[in-house]
Amino acid sequence: MKSFKYSVAKEPTGAARTVSANPTAKFLAGGTNLVDLMKEYVERPSEVVDVSRLNLAQIRETSNGISIGALAKNSDTANHPLVRQNYPLLSMAILAGASAQLRNMATNGGNLMQRTRCQYFYDTAMPCNKREPGSGCGALEGLNRIHAILGHSENCVATYPGDMANALYALDATIRVRGTNGRDRLIPVQDFHRLPGDTPQKDNNLAHGELIVAIEIPRNNFAAKSYYLKVRDRASYAFALVSVAAALEMRGDAIERARVVLGSVAHKPWRSVEAERVLIGKPVTVETFEASAEAALKDAKPLEHNGYKVELGKRSIVLALQRAMSGEVA
Amino acid sequence: MDDNQEQQDFDGMEDGSHLSADEERLLGELGLFGATRREFLGQSTAAVLGTFAFGLLAQEEALAQLAPSPGASMAPTPRLENAVRVLLKINGAPQRLEVDSRMALLDLLRERVGLTGTKKGCDQGQCGACTVMVDGRRVLSCLTLAASCEGKDVTTIEGLAKGDQLHPMQAAFIKHDGFQCGYCTPGQICSAVALLQEARNGDASHVTADVRARGRNINLSEEEIKERMSGNICRCGAYPGIVAAIKEVQSGTRTAQTWEFASDERIALAMNDGAINDGGRRTDEII
Amino acid sequence: MARYIGKEMSRVDGFAKVTGRAKYAAEFKVPNLAYGFIVTSTIGKGTIRSIDTTEASRAPGVIGVLTHENYPKPAPPAAPELKPEENRNVRDKSFRALVSNQIFFNMQPIALVLAESFEQARYAARLVRATYNEEKPMTDLESSLDKARLANPSRPPRPRGNPTEAFAAAPVKVEAEYTIPIEHHNPMEPHGAIAFWEGDKLTVFDKSQGVYVVRQHLATSFHIPPENVQVISPFVGGAFGSALRPNYYPALTAMAARVIQRPVKVVYTRQQMFTGHGYRPHTWQKVSLAAERSGKLTALIHDSKNNSSSFEDYVENTTGMPRTLYACPNALTSAQFVHTDMSTPAPMRAPGAVSGMFALECAMDELAYALQIDPLELRLINFTDVDPDSGKPYSSKALRECYRLGAEKFGWSKRNPEPRSMRDGRLLVGWGMATGIWGAFQQPASARVALKSDGTAHVSSATADIGPGTYTVMTLIAAEYLGLNAEKVKFELGDTRFPRAPVQGGSFTTASVGSAIYEAAQNIRQKLMDLANKEASSPFKTAKIEDTELLDGKLVLKGSSQSVDIFALMRRNNLPELVDVHEARPSREREKYATGAHGAQFVEVKVDPATGVVQVTRAIEVTACGKIMNPKTSHSQEIGGVVWGIGMALQEATEVDHRYGRIMNPNLQHYHVPVSADIHEIETMFVEEDDKVVNPLGVKGMGELGMVGIPAAIANAVFHATGKRIRDLPITPDKLL
Repeated sequence: MKSFKYSVAKEPTGAARTVSANPTAKFLAGGTNLVDLMKEYVERPSEVVDVSRLNLAQIRETSNGISIGALAKNSDTANHPLVRQNYPLLSMAILAGASAQLRNMATNGGNLMQRTRCQYFYDTAMPCNKREPGSGCGALEGLNRIHAILGHSENCVATYPGDMANALYALDATIRVRGTNGRDRLIPVQDFHRLPGDTPQKDNNLAHGELIVAIEIPRNNFAAKSYYLKVRDRASYAFALVSVAAALEMRGDAIERARVVLGSVAHKPWRSVEAERVLIGKPVTVETFEASAEAALKDAKPLEHNGYKVELGKRSIVLALQRAMSGEVA
Repeated sequence: MDDNQEQQDFDGMEDGSHLSADEERLLGELGLFGATRREFLGQSTAAVLGTFAFGLLAQEEALAQLAPSPGASMAPTPRLENAVRVLLKINGAPQRLEVDSRMALLDLLRERVGLTGTKKGCDQGQCGACTVMVDGRRVLSCLTLAASCEGKDVTTIEGLAKGDQLHPMQAAFIKHDGFQCGYCTPGQICSAVALLQEARNGDASHVTADVRARGRNINLSEEEIKERMSGNICRCGAYPGIVAAIKEVQSGTRTAQTWEFASDERIALAMNDGAINDGGRRTDEII
Repeated sequence: MARYIGKEMSRVDGFAKVTGRAKYAAEFKVPNLAYGFIVTSTIGKGTIRSIDTTEASRAPGVIGVLTHENYPKPAPPAAPELKPEENRNVRDKSFRALVSNQIFFNMQPIALVLAESFEQARYAARLVRATYNEEKPMTDLESSLDKARLANPSRPPRPRGNPTEAFAAAPVKVEAEYTIPIEHHNPMEPHGAIAFWEGDKLTVFDKSQGVYVVRQHLATSFHIPPENVQVISPFVGGAFGSALRPNYYPALTAMAARVIQRPVKVVYTRQQMFTGHGYRPHTWQKVSLAAERSGKLTALIHDSKNNSSSFEDYVENTTGMPRTLYACPNALTSAQFVHTDMSTPAPMRAPGAVSGMFALECAMDELAYALQIDPLELRLINFTDVDPDSGKPYSSKALRECYRLGAEKFGWSKRNPEPRSMRDGRLLVGWGMATGIWGAFQQPASARVALKSDGTAHVSSATADIGPGTYTVMTLIAAEYLGLNAEKVKFELGDTRFPRAPVQGGSFTTASVGSAIYEAAQNIRQKLMDLANKEASSPFKTAKIEDTELLDGKLVLKGSSQSVDIFALMRRNNLPELVDVHEARPSREREKYATGAHGAQFVEVKVDPATGVVQVTRAIEVTACGKIMNPKTSHSQEIGGVVWGIGMALQEATEVDHRYGRIMNPNLQHYHVPVSADIHEIETMFVEEDDKVVNPLGVKGMGELGMVGIPAAIANAVFHATGKRIRDLPITPDKLL
């Protein structure tokens, strides 16, 4: 780990300015990803601005829904009465991730900033365009069992590995970001992360120095019928092979609104509007769910070792939708 | 969670004054309280302190006398870059230290303060061996920068027992053989102690059937304990003992014994039995 | 009355472990300590063209950097770069760090940075720059099976009977290939050492399964007498075979300490563990089984190939135990290796046996289906109570009892053999079983027993306790046979100041070291009787030693109320202590018999048909391994075996990118081992055997036994649940879609 100047931020705008002024400065919140990557010499900041003591940990009801502080811990967020009651999908997604210890450390803002778990990204001896632009993609023709099947480019086949964000995509969240000018900017969550294209080094659309201050989720009617499914190589404390955030709102016997978001299949949470469209106005049947799953994966382009994700993705969507309906499926 | 909640609970347990009747009964049954508690500990561990103290501690004390070699090489520039002053509490005792900004809390504990009970297993947040409680909550000390611990209250495995009086969780780990090599054990125990408070708070987990249903002081099922303890890897595979220990301390429920000796009668009976499985003798097509 | 054998005893080191007071190798406080951080290669094969340490040396806190260019000579007497013919007479051919510019495997150590703090050393390690003459590494066993060869070509595999002919002639046969990837031990404690010199005397705190092995290695490395080296290893945070051989870091650490004349600590990172201590090699196996329609086996042909390094001929003995398990008149087994550009493999829990038995016991299940005979019935049909190779009878082998008791306990009779026939809601249920087999080994071992007139005893032996409960069982044995309360016995291990003991491996520690303590206690009893008989009032004048026992501080004439207080006796003779240092050796009697430990293992799996996720919901271990000393810790060993079997069957794989010859998941986020949520019901039944042939205590090994059949039992259960026969481990969800 490279030596760095450490300071504790007093207020958000100042923190944004400090980081903005130094191209190799980083914000530190929970540290669960940054400190690990610093030990691996993947991240080499010369300056670390500790934002963990900023007063940005509140979770409160707003006129339109809920505002969740960027620095609220994952565990506090998942267990907050408002979240559990009104946004259980978010609780479920958070609780599916990592371990109790990590959720006690990780912040919501930091979780959105979580970097890929691609093995080639982690190993500085290996080529990786995300870590070192221009060095090539080790995974493209290498070990890519856990890699992307959607939205990838020949420059990068990494996935976004997190769970929480998948739920945020399903819940139409907005990310509130503080800039150096002291003003906030609102980014719809689906515009927050990026696809790799030819700049895979950029995970998201934040400018350097912009600080996430809150996550805002509008009110919705998904609470009763939502489910977060995570398929992984072991029962807990592992990243997903495929995950699905599914949410339904019914009107009589027909589906009024639907959300289908796949995790760990792309460089960002993969919300499939096509899959949702198939569901709208339809009665709840296994056939409808299967048609939706087909639509979600129809553009999948698997790599040598991850072809299974296409079938697993489809089956997981069906299963997640069934679970969202709590088994009320004909 | 209140700062030091766990510590208070444990303090209470020492004289029994803050225990509810239920808790008292439970601890009594466990053999972890009052006279029975001392008896239990006496049976299993009384002589042991001496056993492990006498050889190793003497050895370490002798090492302290080791004189530096006259030819010893020292770094030409030993200075600490980016030193950070930090004042924190470790097991109740304030510590004022100047640390390298890169130092993890784990390395501070092990290399600076000499509290080697907290273990380094992966140093990457992937095993849980370094679990400690910071302000009463379980966290990974390997991913916690020491510099960020200003004003924090850190509890390590060394801070759980009161002298030779074990914390109930420590005693239960011994009783249920919840470890083998012992290396993940401090992290497991710190994790388990923090888990008690999470259950009191009514926290949900990945296996909670309905996260919308809330309650406090929940009795954790085995499935819940397993999920909530999955951040602590035990390569020896002592998980069933760990779960049994936590279950007994958390809800007072005993796990049925899962080993037995085959009696002579049982052996004789089994050997006189005929077919293993009539289903297997079928003549129709199986595959 | 203090009698302990066969009763539950909590671990005597429990207090130390649950309070964090137990000290592991890298935790001893040594003044003036410097920190070493290893730098590893970024290529898999070739030579180092240049190595630039300028920037690293200038970094704050850095004391120095060791590379092959400044590593002190003479180099150790054995090294991979020496040609095999030069290495022939050197037993220890293990890899040594920094002795040449050659690269034999990716992530090979190429430098050691020494600094005042861990943080400084870790950073400066990143500043060491190497350039290489790179060659293409070959690390893929399965693409190079044709290059396999025998370790000793002058001793080709010997057939039993005529297997080829028998196979051709048989009415029912199965033939299949099984592959197991490289697996890593991943003990929770990373390997590490602290070394310091006082003149020409070297002290090393090391994580080791055998301190005498490390002592010899260091003595050879530094050309000093073994007596000048003290190796200390009181607690080992798991090892599973990874600390049997002297790995490269103790000598490297000691050399660094010599160069900078300071104590040095070196600890592997988790990544460095993957090339720093060996691994279970990648194996490819083909098993051909033939049987009569009755189920009687007529031929077994077992062909096995594993990867080794380019500089050692490591053969995984996958075929040894499977070859003798069943009464099959015709057998041919062959175990070969392929040189690859990887580090050398090492024994990993149940080495050879668990891999070989995965192949054999899956093949037996396939045969059972081909024969339409219950898989368990098929094993009973082919049971043998003699070793089919030597014809010697087993000294004990209660395996049939294990099969039948296990079937009863598990409820096997309710199994519908048809795949996909059993369900729990939407989950597919599968029941599978397999046989476990391991040796009942005993190695020469010594112990010192000192009975003190204050009523205590001090017992020591340079064995290890990597987790099975050696501290506890040795305390128990000494207490039992010295007739003392266990709290009065202090047992110490893990130090070359104590009498020589073998490594802790092969599940032979209790048989070996326990026998030494047992026999030393007998000698003490004889000495006490001799002492007593010097006194006129002795009740033992006409007694034989067998007629006496030690109990509750007394020498007792069995079947009578006559006894002598041994501590008063010692005090009357002005003897503060009675000491016996004793070496126990395997008896001659063993040679007349075949010996082994056996078990039957039953598992239930539940498979999600949608996602392919497998849970092992129930496992039953029925174990015949002689006398059980401490059922509490023995049960834990069996549990550990099941957990390891689950990991091997469902999760574990070291992934190598063969383009680079580099391990790509050297961490615990991508190398999966079971977590608590993966582990469900595990039950153990002990079928005790009375077998004094194997050793005077009648104990057999169990640390490995409990794992041996589990991966096969799980794979068989998965077939039963899903109809899919997965012959390539691990059985991850993607393989069941």
